[in-house]
Amino acid sequence: MRRLAKERSAFSRRALLIGLGQGAVFAGIAARLYNLQVTQHSKYAMLAEQNSISERLVAPERGLITDRFGTILAGNQQHWRALFMQALAPEPQAVLENFYKLVPLSDDEKARIAQDLQDRPGYIPVLLKDWLDWPDMAAIEVNTPNLPGIVVEAGASRVYPLGPVTAHAVGYVGRPNQDEAKSDPVLALPGMRVGRTGAEDAQDGALRGAPGFVQTETNVHGEVVREVAHDNGTPGQTVTLGLDAGLQQLAVQSLGDNAGAVVMLDATNGEILALASTPAFDPSLFDKGVPADVWKGWMADVKHPLQNKATSGLFAPGSTFKPTVALAAMKAGALTGDTILTCPGSFKLGDHVFWCDNHVAHGSINVTQALTVSCDVFFYQVALMVGIDKIADMASELGLGVDLGSDLPHVSTGLVPTLAWAHSKGIHWAQGSTVVQGIGQGYTQLTPLALATMVARIATGNAVGPHITRRVGGALQTGSDPDDWPAVDVDDRHLAVIRQAMFDVVNTPQGTAYASRLQLPNAQMAGKTGTAQVHNNTAAEKQKNFNDMTMAWEDRPNALFVAFGPYDNPRYAIAVVVEHGNFGAQAAAPIAQAMMTYAIQHDPAGRDTPLTQPLQSTTPALPVNNT
Amino acid sequence: MMRDNSLARRRPFRDQSFGVMRKLARVNWLFVLCVCLLAGVGYTALYSAAGGSPEPYAQGQLYRFIGMLVMMLGIAMVDIRFIAKLSWPAYGVGILLLVVVMVAGHTGLGAKRWIDLGPIEIQPSELIKLFLAMALAYYFKRATPEQTGSPIFVLPMAVAVLIPVGLILKEPNLGTAVITGTIGAVVMLGAGVRWWWFAIIAAVIAVSAPVLYHHLHDYQRARIDTFLNPGADPLGAGYNIIQSKIALGSGGFFGQGYLRGTQNQLNFLPEKQTDFVFTIIAEEFGYLGSLAALGLLFSIVALALYTAVTCSHAYGRLVALGIATNFFLYCFVNLSMVMGLIPVGGVPIPLISYGGSALTAVMLGFGVLQSIHVHRDVTFASPDHL
Repeated sequence: MRRLAKERSAFSRRALLIGLGQGAVFAGIAARLYNLQVTQHSKYAMLAEQNSISERLVAPERGLITDRFGTILAGNQQHWRALFMQALAPEPQAVLENFYKLVPLSDDEKARIAQDLQDRPGYIPVLLKDWLDWPDMAAIEVNTPNLPGIVVEAGASRVYPLGPVTAHAVGYVGRPNQDEAKSDPVLALPGMRVGRTGAEDAQDGALRGAPGFVQTETNVHGEVVREVAHDNGTPGQTVTLGLDAGLQQLAVQSLGDNAGAVVMLDATNGEILALASTPAFDPSLFDKGVPADVWKGWMADVKHPLQNKATSGLFAPGSTFKPTVALAAMKAGALTGDTILTCPGSFKLGDHVFWCDNHVAHGSINVTQALTVSCDVFFYQVALMVGIDKIADMASELGLGVDLGSDLPHVSTGLVPTLAWAHSKGIHWAQGSTVVQGIGQGYTQLTPLALATMVARIATGNAVGPHITRRVGGALQTGSDPDDWPAVDVDDRHLAVIRQAMFDVVNTPQGTAYASRLQLPNAQMAGKTGTAQVHNNTAAEKQKNFNDMTMAWEDRPNALFVAFGPYDNPRYAIAVVVEHGNFGAQAAAPIAQAMMTYAIQHDPAGRDTPLTQPLQSTTPALPVNNT
Repeated sequence: MMRDNSLARRRPFRDQSFGVMRKLARVNWLFVLCVCLLAGVGYTALYSAAGGSPEPYAQGQLYRFIGMLVMMLGIAMVDIRFIAKLSWPAYGVGILLLVVVMVAGHTGLGAKRWIDLGPIEIQPSELIKLFLAMALAYYFKRATPEQTGSPIFVLPMAVAVLIPVGLILKEPNLGTAVITGTIGAVVMLGAGVRWWWFAIIAAVIAVSAPVLYHHLHDYQRARIDTFLNPGADPLGAGYNIIQSKIALGSGGFFGQGYLRGTQNQLNFLPEKQTDFVFTIIAEEFGYLGSLAALGLLFSIVALALYTAVTCSHAYGRLVALGIATNFFLYCFVNLSMVMGLIPVGGVPIPLISYGGSALTAVMLGFGVLQSIHVHRDVTFASPDHL
């Protein structure tokens, strides 16, 4: 018992000592806290005030657009730009005034900046000036102390290596407008671009990517002390188009100075291999801002460089419409391959006389011969036998006058008239209108894209739809497999008759496009010429000899040609329109011949170079010399 | 000084077990009140850390605390003699868990520390501190002064301390390893082991520290380096210390006002809801708030030591001393770290910091502490110690 008590008192002594020690430590902590919190308060309070970590979002790099073999059609180039973080500036207005003294800006720009500063939250910087040159950069760097909140950073702008060649197919990007910037804050970031036309628009979502951020520590003067964290965000995906850069260049080259359009499709799946519209423009101008004089020039140009004639240019198809009329008649049972009709050189309906081309009498001919020599009188009679509604039915089966569901933006549907349409428009449908419908004149208006689709469907029997995207981020898109497309609801035997006739057009001496037959040992092209009046087709005008080089350019007929090849195993379908090119056989068919020859020789369809690694797109930043 | 007869008089139950109601009455309710007040301070700070919202920290922590409080009172009802019997098995399980985390524990922040037990994650290194104190207390509870003066008697316990310390160092968790070693030393000191032995060991460590330094992990070395010179890398590990000091210093005497601390609300301190939670109180309530929190923390330490001193049996005294020391070391290491006095060590401040592991371990210890307090007058089986 005694020992226990002694032991206990010994413990109490030690515990007390330990407790006192711990109490002393707490007292020490309290003293240290007093020193920090009270004695040194003013020092730390000032530090706290100066302390500022700001976060701002940075635009992700826009995805690349390449052709099917990896040629870059749209990439990014770095440049320097000045941004303003208003949250970091004690007096934003004074800072802006200082900046304007160093880097003069137009009043419009100043108004835009004032608007942006008002609209945008603090973590989104406002763009002051893109494409800084050396003197601007130097002036900003030297005057940094007077410019709190102003940051110079590298940004990317969109470049198109092939320039005008792909302007319409690839499209261009522009700065988001105020409404877009308000609806999606990410779009308010300097450097963000929105696809406006072509593939840039079609795949805008995939190309955009997700924004990153930069965290910087700034001192009380708003000067950036250091970068705390940096995340570049997720770059947009690479979009691989069905285009073949070689074919595309050839198409633009072949069109030359003409206003016109060329569309070449993979006939088995509808992939767009070439889509050209001339004249074109430099698409990179839209990123930097189009100079006023350039814009005025475009607006004044009668050849409408900004219009994508391939997808939204509407043309009377002329004789290229005849295969559709023939197929409609065969489906209706009004025509067979053996039906013989007579062409005396003209066709009389009531008081009107409808002439055959050049007033030539073709005599008694079947549908194959009629297509080969492009007899008009034969098709006047066929059209009357079938009626326009059945022609329109067949046209829509072949992709004419309907929404093709293309991924490209701004595609015109075109028009193939029906009685219901005429009724809705209050048009009195005369039989004469049906007659000219037989040769693709009158109300019918179609795009080159639709014509190419039609010939692809005739060639393969696949109801393909034209589309430009082949892969997104390396993943093959639906539609690139021929099995993705249903068969057209047209009898194979009828299609065979038409294909044979189109073969004869190009490969028999009496065919209208014999001069443009392929000079290849094992492959032939089949096609159909078209020469379409540009004025409203009236019987009176039809009587005149309108194929006249003496006419004013804008009065001359459009030259058209549609074709597919190789004939034995159709893979490529093409539609060529040369505005005011006079004869389809002379102006349009040679372009198709060149394109088809290239296509068959290089055979790009069904092949591509899938991305194995991300392409390095951005070229290094160098200030441009704006002066 | 206690007299034997008075001891006998004040021991109403001797060896019979008492009823739950009477046991509850013997709980140190002042201690429980302090614990609850401290948890209230934690709720206040975590509410502020979330920018003035019970989510995502304060509410969850409150529920966890209530659960742990019930557990604590439950353990307090268990006879301390039964708990004492579990000392060495618990120590064995603790060592086993440490080995398990080494082998299978998942990696967080480059250090393997956690083990997943369904809804709660537990750091075995937190548990082993309590189990080590219990094991040492069980070993020394019958020790005579002659025995505690004998190196042969003490040496096995030195090994029992060094095994978990080594395993925790291996995790690696320098802070907890040092705390564990210190708890072992304090319990042994309380048991009567000669104080100058510890002085010699401390001297040896001081001499060998430079050698050990070279065997530390890079990140541990970086922590010591930034402690020695925090200005060298203001946005690396030293960033936390600078921002933490700014938070404390900008608080002033009266503070910036609740939910108005710029350092806290502007998120200059990463993970401020865990290790740096004290800065929120200091910044928003100033030196007055700091002192109040310090007072509560020290009250808990003092009340735990009071339990140790008033306990009639050596086992309870030593375990209570270990638990008091553990809590004290948590506070000391965390506060020193927050003030930039010692390297950042990943040691939370118990009952205030967000997180379940430290809370679980601390409340488990408080349960044992209250069991000691409730059963402070029981006799252990051996008449030798009556």
